[in-house]
Amino acid sequence: MKQHVIAFIAGSLFAFGLALSGMTQPHKIIGFLDIFGTWDPTLLFVMIGAIAVHLVALRLTFRRKAPLLENQFLLPTQKAITPRLIIGSGVFGLGWGLTGFCPGPALTSLPKATTEVIFFVGAMAIGMYLHKPISKFLSEGLSRSQIK
Amino acid sequence: MHPYLVALLGGIILGLASTLFMLFNGRVLGISGIFKGLIMPMKGDIQWRLSFILGMLMTGAIYFAIHPQAFDNQISRSFYAYALAGLLVGMGTAFGSGCTSGHGICGISRLSLRSTLATITFMLTGAVSVYLVQHLMGGEI
Repeated sequence: MKQHVIAFIAGSLFAFGLALSGMTQPHKIIGFLDIFGTWDPTLLFVMIGAIAVHLVALRLTFRRKAPLLENQFLLPTQKAITPRLIIGSGVFGLGWGLTGFCPGPALTSLPKATTEVIFFVGAMAIGMYLHKPISKFLSEGLSRSQIK
Repeated sequence: MHPYLVALLGGIILGLASTLFMLFNGRVLGISGIFKGLIMPMKGDIQWRLSFILGMLMTGAIYFAIHPQAFDNQISRSFYAYALAGLLVGMGTAFGSGCTSGHGICGISRLSLRSTLATITFMLTGAVSVYLVQHLMGGEI
């Protein structure tokens, strides 16, 4: 139960931070990515603030053997740099630059209920559903070509 | 306060939220992953995700009610562009295992090579995408 309260608080705090820092205004994201136009460094300040705090606080956090409410820290175990990581991130970036929405700001903006954000979040969900069948198709194709 | 200072403060809040989540729940605060696990749920792994997303939506709603300017959108894109963008973001983050929060904030703070490379990649292709639309297509798609 306590974990759900923490999740609720963390989600609320994160959305607040996004809205406060201007990340829910897509033109600020487009402006940051527009290196050949009028560059807007807002996102850079957001990243510096977030990483500076989290980098130090994580080191203190990991002095503990386990988190306060669970038995262990759940950290990504994969270390390899895979084609999926790079191509997937590349595809994400293309979509990000198209309208200036990434998942966090889009979900925070969802209550505004504009057609734009509803389309975006709906399509994002569909994209996530498509991951499994495409992934299966790709790995089957790979294993078949290896047999030949 | 200067907008860049506000952005820095907002970033600090994002860092605190990410820390809170790791310190108490032992999880990486990655929005794409949390959302994906909610719409493709596994047994016993739904409720905290729902709480997290509800927290985001509730805060978004309150913030919008008090200060709607924070949600201004000065770019013009068609509905097709939003649908295509959503599709690419959904597929890309699923294949790349993360987005701006999970890779960009949490991963880089953990000094993860995977996350650092992922972040560089999506920032580069993001810049390519913006260049195509803003400079080659005249800012409309």
